[in-house]
Amino acid sequence: MAEYKRPESEAEFEKNFKQKKPLMNDTEAFYESSRCLFCYDAPCIQACPTHIDIPLFIKQIHTNNVTGSAKTIFDANWLGNACGVVCPTGVLCEGACVYNHQDVPPIQIGRLQNYATSKTINSDKEIFKIGASNGRRIAIIGSGPAGIACACELRTIGYDVDIFEAKEQPTGLVLHGVAPYKITNKEVLEEITYLQKQLGFNIKYNSAITSKKQLKDLESEYDAIFLGVGLGETATLNMEGEDKENVIGAVEFIEELRLKHHQIKVPNKVVVIGGGNTAMDAASESARMGARKTVLAYRKSKEDMGAYDFEYDLAISAGVDSLFNVTPIAIVGNKKVEGVKFAKTEIIDGELHTKKNNVFIVKCDMVIKATGQAKQRSLYELVDNLDIDHKTRIKVNEVTFQTSNPQYFAGGDAINGGAEVVNATYDGKMAAQGMHQWLTK
Amino acid sequence: MIDLSINFAGIKAPNPFWLASAPPTNSGYQIMKAFEAGWGGAVWKTLGVPVVNVSSRYGSVNYRNTRMMGFNNIELITDRPLADNLREIEEVKKYFPDHAVIASLMVESRAEWKQIIKDVENAGADGIELNFGCPHGMCERGMGSAVGQEPEVLKTIVEWVKDVAKTPVITKLSPNISHITDPGLAAVQGGTDSISLINTVKSIVGIDLDTYAPLPEVDGKGTNGGYCGPAVKPIAMHMVKDLAQHPEIGKVPISGIGGIETWRDVVEFILLGATSVQVCTAVMHYGFGIVREMEAGLRQFMEEKNYKTIYDFAGKALPNVTEWKHLNLKHKVIAEINADKCIGCELCYISCEDGAHQAISLSGDPGNRIPNIIEENCVGCNLCSLVCPVEDCITMVKRDDGSQHLTWEERTLNDDIPVTFDDDRAGGKGHFVPKPTDALKARSRS
Repeated sequence: MAEYKRPESEAEFEKNFKQKKPLMNDTEAFYESSRCLFCYDAPCIQACPTHIDIPLFIKQIHTNNVTGSAKTIFDANWLGNACGVVCPTGVLCEGACVYNHQDVPPIQIGRLQNYATSKTINSDKEIFKIGASNGRRIAIIGSGPAGIACACELRTIGYDVDIFEAKEQPTGLVLHGVAPYKITNKEVLEEITYLQKQLGFNIKYNSAITSKKQLKDLESEYDAIFLGVGLGETATLNMEGEDKENVIGAVEFIEELRLKHHQIKVPNKVVVIGGGNTAMDAASESARMGARKTVLAYRKSKEDMGAYDFEYDLAISAGVDSLFNVTPIAIVGNKKVEGVKFAKTEIIDGELHTKKNNVFIVKCDMVIKATGQAKQRSLYELVDNLDIDHKTRIKVNEVTFQTSNPQYFAGGDAINGGAEVVNATYDGKMAAQGMHQWLTK
Repeated sequence: MIDLSINFAGIKAPNPFWLASAPPTNSGYQIMKAFEAGWGGAVWKTLGVPVVNVSSRYGSVNYRNTRMMGFNNIELITDRPLADNLREIEEVKKYFPDHAVIASLMVESRAEWKQIIKDVENAGADGIELNFGCPHGMCERGMGSAVGQEPEVLKTIVEWVKDVAKTPVITKLSPNISHITDPGLAAVQGGTDSISLINTVKSIVGIDLDTYAPLPEVDGKGTNGGYCGPAVKPIAMHMVKDLAQHPEIGKVPISGIGGIETWRDVVEFILLGATSVQVCTAVMHYGFGIVREMEAGLRQFMEEKNYKTIYDFAGKALPNVTEWKHLNLKHKVIAEINADKCIGCELCYISCEDGAHQAISLSGDPGNRIPNIIEENCVGCNLCSLVCPVEDCITMVKRDDGSQHLTWEERTLNDDIPVTFDDDRAGGKGHFVPKPTDALKARSRS
């Protein structure tokens, strides 16, 4: 049962993808900020991967020192504005708010954070200072949240920074991968413009680093290199019929949606395969794009899904149906996809078994594979002595974020296998400090 | 059957809820509306010498998300023609013969006092209130608080008034004085029938951070205003108590004024000896309708305590308000944290640690944010229970068995008080205090 009309215009798209955490107005921010208890050793700070001094920035909002509040936020997190709305605050800061223990709604920390930073960005207040140039140069591969955070931090210390970005626009998955109801493209880009204007790091677009020669050049031109390359494209499932038309990876689907909005057409029946947050996003987005029927299919039980409960609830509330304990064994159809053949699964002694004799077909016009990204193994193999683990994650020193090749540092999804924007911004910032420590040793 | 009616020094009213002389009583229209809403009396906005008012008159002290926790004004007495006010007093009394209409007055010479008293009594006022309180504007002209601060002058004017007044006289006092009993006694000696207090407190409620002018700002400048609203209630209650406990002043009825907004405030003032209450700021904030809550709450309280009239409990707290030297030094309370209710904000910990007696510890386990009371260090100061944001989470539990009673006065009489700085009998001697350098140790939660 579709609940959303197919969006035919930008206005209709915006209606279907209404912001889940809209910008607070001054009055709302005033009253919400008044509720903060200013806890000692506040649990919200501990729950934030970047350890923003949350009670302080909330108090600053309340005392009408919004610029100071934004400083407090950016001081800990270079994508403070985006994180305010894209962070899963319910499981981080807001989940840790002590009010929860008396069934009082927690402080809306994410929205307050977004309020302070948005106001500061929109008024174009100058709040950052570039460090005196130390003549050293750093190359950053990837302008995702880790790369941007690393660049900002390095600029405040005094490094020259060039970011090499394969795509045409910055911020990686923040722009290309976050569900459109969490943040608009405009808001993502405004934050980067704001940071770049004050901190002056270069971003070279359409500059993918894919060859050994390019890396060698970077190694000789730059003092250190940061790998913030993410996880890349959707991995193939090696499944029969996977090459049919309208079988698409979730990462690619969401990217196209974010860039083209209502100009893409999602067909009537869509099957989304996967149980992580990306699968929930893709399913929810498919429904909001006007698919008559969207089915989420996961190979284990609902409880086993990696997705946050609130993300699943959001997909369900958008009209998504779900199938559990099923695994796709083939994609059927002629040239185009016409359905997915599933087999039931069961878990015996902790192991997943496919019941090959219990199969059925779910008819559909499109399949979205939200089954994980491929990782950037081919790039890693070009870097000398770069250790990666069994899950193709770059191994780093957990304090300095330095890799086994001392000239290289890394952060974000490339080292954690896929986490939140906020984790990436933390890594980038810490890596910058790690580099500085290494280069000034 | 509860009877809320009062007879205040001869002024009768259906209930003790009166409007104070202030902007809400500027006109017959407002007062009739108030009486319709349930108010039992009104003190008309002060009539007197001709004045001119400024534009921009009120300022506010907001606390967190609460507006007008404190309020000040630089508005003067009524600027409406006396004849209009007199005609309206007459009209209000025609419609509400059983409600109290009291004329607040402020003039200078004896002749003026005589004339205006005659005027308002002829108009039908049930009583008169002498405004010896306004701490702004009028005092510069030798009236208002200028009188309230000079007991001798105050007494003389009360005598003039009593010489001519046929209706009961209420003398309204200014709190801008060291000992409220000084003007209080002067008023009684001058023959006043009753006292009302407090008028507003001299104040500056804020400075504009761009213009550097005080608020309210009048074309780049400002002046001190009169402070009122919930913030002044504790000061008012203390002064009401001082008068009510005084052997001479306490004989006249007292009308309590100062930050009254809810039934609880009303009951507290009555318990301290007031037998009518006057309200202004709460009405300026919420309108006349707030009297509904006051009346309902007062009735509920009286029903539960089985009181028939407010006189059944007026002054009931007075015997318990005593001097420090009469407090029982053997009384001992200790804080207790209800772990089931604790939300782990640790405000009790940090307030005790930094602001009191280092008598609360943390568990040391990051997964357990419920603090512990270090009983041997707890002096029973209440601070933790005051900062705790959860209802009934921290309680102060009585630890003495009630069998012992010893006061400072008794100890003094027994020659059992500390006399040197190092005396073993001093209270803090031997009480745990961390070493100064312990402050420099990084907090560890291991």
